Amino acid sequence: MEKKVYSRTNGLLPGAVSGFCPGCMHGTVHKLIGEAAEELGQLDHLVRVEGVGCCGLGQFYVSHDETIAAHGRACAVATGIKRSSPESLIYTYQGDGDLAAIGLAETMSAANRGENFTVIFVNNGIYGMTGGQMAPTTLLGMKSTTSPGGRVAEEHGYPMHMCEILDTLTAPVYLERTSCDTPQHVIATRNAIKKAFKYQLEGKGFSMVEIVTSCPTNWGMNTLDSLDFLRDKMFAEYPLGLIRDNG
Amino acid sequence: MAERVFMKGTEAIAEAAVRAGCRFFAGYPITPQNEIPEYMSRRLPEVGGQFVQGESEVASVNMLFGAASTGIRAMSSSSSTGISLYSEGVSFSASARVPIVYVNVGRGGPGIGAIQPAQQDYNQATKASGNGGFRMIVLAPSSVQECVDMVYEAFDLAAKYENPVLVLTDGVVGTMMEPVILPEMKTDEELASLRKKFEHRAIIGHPVGKQAVCRAGLMGSGQENVNIKAAAMYDDWDCEIRVEEYMMDDAELVIASYGISARICKAVINKLRKEGIKIGMIRPERISPFPYDTFAKLDPKKIKGLLDVEMSIPAQMIWDVKHVLNKDIPVRECLRSGGQLMTNNQVENAVRDLIKEVL
Amino acid sequence: MERNLMIAGFGGQGVMTMGKLLAQATCDSTDLNVTFFPSYGAAMRGGTANCYVVISDESIGAPSSTSVDDLIVMNEPSLDAFLGNLKENGVLFINSTIVKKKIDRKDVNLVEVPVTEMALDMGDPRVLNVIMLGAYIGYTDVVPTEVVLEGLHHKFKNKPDAIKLNDEAFQKGYEIGINAKKDR
Repeated sequence: MEKKVYSRTNGLLPGAVSGFCPGCMHGTVHKLIGEAAEELGQLDHLVRVEGVGCCGLGQFYVSHDETIAAHGRACAVATGIKRSSPESLIYTYQGDGDLAAIGLAETMSAANRGENFTVIFVNNGIYGMTGGQMAPTTLLGMKSTTSPGGRVAEEHGYPMHMCEILDTLTAPVYLERTSCDTPQHVIATRNAIKKAFKYQLEGKGFSMVEIVTSCPTNWGMNTLDSLDFLRDKMFAEYPLGLIRDNG
Repeated sequence: MAERVFMKGTEAIAEAAVRAGCRFFAGYPITPQNEIPEYMSRRLPEVGGQFVQGESEVASVNMLFGAASTGIRAMSSSSSTGISLYSEGVSFSASARVPIVYVNVGRGGPGIGAIQPAQQDYNQATKASGNGGFRMIVLAPSSVQECVDMVYEAFDLAAKYENPVLVLTDGVVGTMMEPVILPEMKTDEELASLRKKFEHRAIIGHPVGKQAVCRAGLMGSGQENVNIKAAAMYDDWDCEIRVEEYMMDDAELVIASYGISARICKAVINKLRKEGIKIGMIRPERISPFPYDTFAKLDPKKIKGLLDVEMSIPAQMIWDVKHVLNKDIPVRECLRSGGQLMTNNQVENAVRDLIKEVL
Repeated sequence: MERNLMIAGFGGQGVMTMGKLLAQATCDSTDLNVTFFPSYGAAMRGGTANCYVVISDESIGAPSSTSVDDLIVMNEPSLDAFLGNLKENGVLFINSTIVKKKIDRKDVNLVEVPVTEMALDMGDPRVLNVIMLGAYIGYTDVVPTEVVLEGLHHKFKNKPDAIKLNDEAFQKGYEIGINAKKDR
């Protein structure tokens, strides 16, 4: 007798195959979002507000309602949607440039208002789609196409820690930093997304799950080396774990 | 008949929006339109609507985009330099065909300009309110009553074409008070049925297989198809032209004007007509789509001169007029800007100068 | 027939309230067209304030003008700034308690109303604008007295003491206005 132990989430389009670069973790995160919403029985109410950049490629994979916000404006667009359709389960899907550079005002202000939606923040320390430019989260010494000699604090400032920055605000209900480099971390990420969604359904307000990931293409590494870099360097700068849980 | 009430332009705009079914407003403070968000922050909660004070104009217009993408009637307002920051969200709404309504209570420009009234944003409103060459219907009220009527109508136009609609007014009409008759309040049932029409594409969450998407850009050949479809819609907008031809039947002189300036011109025409001067006015009530044919048909055998009256230096609407006007009709300008207000006397003097020159 | 009025003074002298009251009352109690147009400086308090009221039985053009039929000035800076905007044969109403300057125009009709002093005598400095409004109506008769009184009664509904005080203030001004017209 066969026993079904795994099925693909209906949160992804049937048959869609990830076109993300090898070693990129966006595909995994997309799957986890679908699974979390599905486990909560909320797939029919799920709304995705997509950032610009590699995040925007998600439009080819997700099966639920989605809109693409202007670069950096996902939290503003999500504010408009949630206020007008409070029964929808809304998440923004944003990268580091989108959320922490061009969209910093929108991110901070939505978090400060305690808007009742969830931010999925994928932090790989670099601009992906535009070709590896320096992001607010680029590590010191890390080379990018706009910091060819490596990021220098005196010139470029220091990496920004968005979870910790939002933790200075009173309103956010839940902030957690995870990754997807091991099965344990993948499960932790799914649980974090699910918890954030659950809090939203309970009307508890703003939550963010920051997922620290790799970008082998723009880091100029093979996929295995990028995992080492992720664990050695990125986790050192961006330690994984719970930042705040006021649920 | 409904009772007339004495209202300020900005507050009349806000109340008309609520009566038209607006249930979401986002905006950022800027003079001279602050009464609109202030009024909305009091009024919307009374009707179950939502008011958000955005952290910037950029955030506000993107909140508007989000709200309208759910099918709710949504509006924002700002002024000139703030409207420049709206271009991102307006362009997105035009591309994704999201029915937003926004109001520009114009002030002097360019730059931060003057906080006093002007009509300095004509080109921005009619030619390029954002990147990408999209077009919008732009309504230009000249009185508080027209503010009310046009804002009410703007929501229907936005819904009909699933396209942004701009109401372009100025700090005079916005801050002055006048008697107005307010339109009927749309009922919750009417609003629910209007929202239903948009539901198939509303970004609210649909069962798997019925996914709604709202994209202000497509990869591959998709974008060209979107643009071709939009262009076909713009081509069909002749039916949306609204133009007032005032005392034009026997006119030898014609004024071209819109908004606050046109209302001043009308008073001057009334005065000059009593002296037997044959003068009329062509006033686009909507400056986009522009009534080119009305100007094109002017016959130089009959019309001896045209005076373009705008609170803008340099003149802006004049280029739309000249684009089609018979070259034998001389065109002169009567202009103010930078927050200096047009007066009856100034228009009257400009007409008398034109008479000396051409009659 | 169109008549336009400019009112100018310090912030706090009830300049805007006076204009708005006249315009609101005209809207509520007549079929006339009317506009009220305020003009503020950028500062929130202090400084000068001015406004325009246009009343007409035809459609109204500009709600403001650099050539007005009537000018009310509540302080000297306003006199300096706006006397030139008064038409020939126009009517100039001054708060003669504090406007002491000689009026250097012979082609206008002057109505002197010591409103600051009168209001203090009445025990409430705030009614100075209603006294001036009374003088304006008494002289110009631009709308019937009842129109303004109805407006005042509506503004102070549920405050009988205020109605009594303002009626009295209006009446005192009105007499000055109507007498000034007789003497003309």
